[in-house]
Amino acid sequence: MRSRRSVKLLVESVDEVGSLLESGDYVCDRALATTLFLALRLQRPILLEGEPGVGKTEVARVVATALGRRLIRLQCYEGLDVASAVYEWNYPRQMMEIRLAESKGGQDRATLERDIFSERFLIKRPLLEALSCAPGELAPVLLIDELDRTDDPFEAFLLEILSDFQISIPELGTIRASEPPIVIVTSNRTREIHDALKRRCLYHWLDAPDAEREIEILARKAPAASTELRRQIVGFVQRLRQRDLFKPPGVSESIDWATAIVALDQLALTNENIHATLGVVLKYQDDLRKVRGAAAAEILADVFADAPHR
Amino acid sequence: MCLLMHPTGELSVSERVSELAGNVARFAALLRRTGISIGTGQVLDSVRALAAVGVERRDDVFWALHAALIRRREDHPLFVEAFELFFRDPHALSQTLAMLLPMTTFPDPSIKHSRRLDEAHGSQRNRPAQPAKPKSELIEISVVPSDIELDRRLDFEQMSAAEIDAANRAIARLPLVWKRQNTRRLGPNSRGARIDRRRSLRQSATVPGSIRLVYAAPQKRPPPLVILIDVSESMERYSRIFLHFAHAVSNARRRVHTFVFGTKLTNITRSLRHRDIDQALADVGNRTPGARGGTRIATSLHAFNRDWARRTLGGGAQVLFFSDGLERDGEYSLDFEADRLRRFAGQLTWLNPLLRYRGFQPSAAGIRALLPHVDDFLPIHNMQSLIDLTVALGQ
Repeated sequence: MRSRRSVKLLVESVDEVGSLLESGDYVCDRALATTLFLALRLQRPILLEGEPGVGKTEVARVVATALGRRLIRLQCYEGLDVASAVYEWNYPRQMMEIRLAESKGGQDRATLERDIFSERFLIKRPLLEALSCAPGELAPVLLIDELDRTDDPFEAFLLEILSDFQISIPELGTIRASEPPIVIVTSNRTREIHDALKRRCLYHWLDAPDAEREIEILARKAPAASTELRRQIVGFVQRLRQRDLFKPPGVSESIDWATAIVALDQLALTNENIHATLGVVLKYQDDLRKVRGAAAAEILADVFADAPHR
Repeated sequence: MCLLMHPTGELSVSERVSELAGNVARFAALLRRTGISIGTGQVLDSVRALAAVGVERRDDVFWALHAALIRRREDHPLFVEAFELFFRDPHALSQTLAMLLPMTTFPDPSIKHSRRLDEAHGSQRNRPAQPAKPKSELIEISVVPSDIELDRRLDFEQMSAAEIDAANRAIARLPLVWKRQNTRRLGPNSRGARIDRRRSLRQSATVPGSIRLVYAAPQKRPPPLVILIDVSESMERYSRIFLHFAHAVSNARRRVHTFVFGTKLTNITRSLRHRDIDQALADVGNRTPGARGGTRIATSLHAFNRDWARRTLGGGAQVLFFSDGLERDGEYSLDFEADRLRRFAGQLTWLNPLLRYRGFQPSAAGIRALLPHVDDFLPIHNMQSLIDLTVALGQ
């Protein structure tokens, strides 16, 4: 079993993690703060699962900024392979080098091979970049975004990397990270991530926030909206989530909606501007058809009825 | 087992730590008995996590254990209940440091607990004795698969128990070939259209003066397969045999998901992964509610579309929908749900045992609603139709 390096005490307590995130305008609950704290302390990757639009990618950005580290992002897609994720050789330059060496002559094969497969011709992709920070430099935050969009072979490969934090390039040798990066993996759960990979990480499911927290999020992310507008939007969206929709709106939809209403120079929700902007909140035609019109008016009436009477 | 206080009222640090680790291990054992799989490494992690987070706050302890032990969202409610059950004393944390008192009195029956949790927490004595499974006799069947002793045209409904047994064994041995479709990965292929630069260069660097080209083509693999099985009473005989088929398929290839539905939809993919068919079917039986009442196809399809379609139907999936199409539903529109299912899937094949009647006319409303949305409408009432199905799947 590999020995762990002594843990760099990046954060002292869960509270500190919470305030770190708040300083980056990310409002999180204690559950997420605890899991993040453990990920940092135990130097384990963290797997964030949740519906699209609840702020998974945002966490990585905020953590990187708050801790003053580089953010290296690997966006996953189907067919992602070693050449796009880890490294690739600069073939055109290598071929030029071969032709030049041939025309010059006088270079033996071994030297040529050594020359061609040197760091000079190596293109580092995100995973290799994350593992090759110079000693003394702070380890970056590695964000592996939407892992559920890749396929099994890549997951197996990633498992290997996340266990040892080293990559072996046949021509060059093994490249080992002097300090393991902070790894955050996100998934939209369109596919089950393999058990082995899940066990390697600390797991956290990110849910849509409750009303109070969502209002606070809107206060930070859409400050141009008035307090009343924020309250109305959160009330509306929270009620939408109770309904049987195909894709319930996430936090980013609330933020977008607030920004849209403000962009239309409106101060509050009305049936007209809801009708106009509902496409910002609901992205499926079936959901739109279900909510537009009578249902939306009903929800809006509920929201008004809830208004705190001063 | 209560935590005994030292006569002077203080526990030494090492005693506290080992007590803590012991409690965490017992808690993990409780979770394991409910069916959540937890590795030893995770238990070690949870102890480390508790050490890092501290035990002053109850919610910190909760989330630390949760982060280390839980890997799937579905396990969360069970974890919450188990935590409540195990660490019940609410004043413990405010009294002294690191005093976690697991209560092992049996749960109050008036409180509703999940059945799984109760079974796990109850003692060995209370568990009913499992009836001994009769060992199946080892029967010699002639090796050539197409020559198994059974009439391929005999309808499943008319088979005797022995014939059904033979049919099940034949199904376990069916040769399965899958159609292959292109993936986005390139692999070396001498007849490919693209040049594999990496391999070409590797081979050329050692032979100066020439560049030998290596070609690549997209690798192929079978698309994901989703099987939806109607297990209502009208389909009983056929669905049981089809479950054998689903089991054979699940063990023969990857990316298969199986669901059963009657009044509600259940995902039985993991159950069918057990190699032993009896164990798999027992597991399925435990997980599905009894098939009482009429089938609600539209409701089940709605649940599938909402919860599973996006997760299982990526990449041009083949869907096998096994049902007679007779339903008693009013809540959701079968036409709409079937349409949506068709849009998600690459190919939708409907297997209907009613097609065994030669003069079959689709007159029931459910059947007429489903029919326009399927790509293939096939019978499934005897061995021959199953063989035809495997052939169709391979094309």
